[in-house]
Amino acid sequence: MPELKDITENLISCDITALLDNVKSALENGTPAHDILTHGLIKGMAVVGERMESGEMFIPEVLMAAHSMGAAVELLSPFLAEGDISSAGRVIIGTVKGDLHDIGKNLVILMMQSVGFEVIDLGVDVDSDAFLKAIDEYKPQVVGLSALLTTTMPMMRKTVEKIVASGKRDTLKIMVGGAPVDQSFADEIGADLYASDAGSASKLVKTLIH
Amino acid sequence: MFTVIGERINTTLKKVRAATENRDADYIRGDVEKQVAAGATYIDVNAGARIGHEAEDMKWLLSVIMETTRLPLCLDSPDPAILEMAYDMVDQPPLINSISLEKERFDPMIDFLKGKECRIIALCMDDSGMPQSVHDIFSRAQLLVKELEAIGVARDDIFIDPLIQPMAVAAENGTMAMDSVEKIMKELKGVHTTGGLSNISYGLPQRKIINRIFLSMMMARGFDSAIMDPLDPKIMATLKTTTMIQGNDNFCMNYIKAVRAGEIIA
Repeated sequence: MPELKDITENLISCDITALLDNVKSALENGTPAHDILTHGLIKGMAVVGERMESGEMFIPEVLMAAHSMGAAVELLSPFLAEGDISSAGRVIIGTVKGDLHDIGKNLVILMMQSVGFEVIDLGVDVDSDAFLKAIDEYKPQVVGLSALLTTTMPMMRKTVEKIVASGKRDTLKIMVGGAPVDQSFADEIGADLYASDAGSASKLVKTLIH
Repeated sequence: MFTVIGERINTTLKKVRAATENRDADYIRGDVEKQVAAGATYIDVNAGARIGHEAEDMKWLLSVIMETTRLPLCLDSPDPAILEMAYDMVDQPPLINSISLEKERFDPMIDFLKGKECRIIALCMDDSGMPQSVHDIFSRAQLLVKELEAIGVARDDIFIDPLIQPMAVAAENGTMAMDSVEKIMKELKGVHTTGGLSNISYGLPQRKIINRIFLSMMMARGFDSAIMDPLDPKIMATLKTTTMIQGNDNFCMNYIKAVRAGEIIA
């Protein structure tokens, strides 16, 4: 009988065939779908995130692991009750106004979803009013701002200022990231969190809101 | 001739940023001298990282670099006011980095370029975002060339950047760039193609071998310029060797010379 740690291991090594076989037999053997999800898959993706952060795993492996997880969750979904998929938190994220880059943002979304966050993707070229509107609509615990260009970094500052002016600042945490961004810039504009990569983003946000 | 745009003087790089902040002219001078010796055609200068200081940083960097070399410069800023100031400072026609079809960038850049003696890097980017196909890249290249020619820019002064995207996120990104370069060089005869070579290897280990092989494959399709690090000796060796194999090195003289100088080692 496959154990949950095998499922975790299959996911980390991106062995999708073994992963799906083991998920199927675990279900047949009566392992609750919720346990497979939480203690098998999400646990595995957390390791993937850590290894991405440390440089042991690379972007294509992260994509493959996320793809494998998606396939496994599809097998599980008929057996998951409504309450089984408890969200780790709600996040809205977007690339700021003037910036059309989305590779980094999409990786962050993938990693955060994989470890259980509900993520609302506002896309690219998102102005501060669109962030405010989404904050009103979705009431997220975390707002993520992404930028790849030095020229759009000031838009991050502006967006943070708008959130402060809206009076909603205390209801949420702000995370920033992207190639030109660093911790000192995050501090300077009053963000709560700087993440250097998708792996650390998912981990740091977990610690921040729990 | 292949145009090497040396990418090292960019304030987003930690050491350059510190040197710029501390007005450490020796550091900048030393780096530029090495790029010149390694075979750079243009020295790219980007002073954008210290927000609010771009004008003064650009001015300082240009004055230091121009004391160091007679090579033409590649002025790297999205801000026409900065470019205007930099253009007035340089004493030979610069390469401007860059124009794109994004509305907010395109109009002011066209105004800037009118009547100027310079060359221009044109990015295949528009308001819908990064290109997703050869068709996206080529149609944007075509439009850029049409608009630039309309204000009197010669094709030889246009460097089309197809926007190289990482292999790590999509398996077709390499062929998309290569097919686009071939189509642009064939159908928009007279323009050049360039781009940030190392984007191809983002997110993968051992990036330099990817960059080197990609450069060769791109050159085989007509790629005749790159924004790259001329201080990476192996990529410069790849460049010289590929040039020789393409038949653009009379009697293999440059290849042999580079081998004797210890620059090319099998």
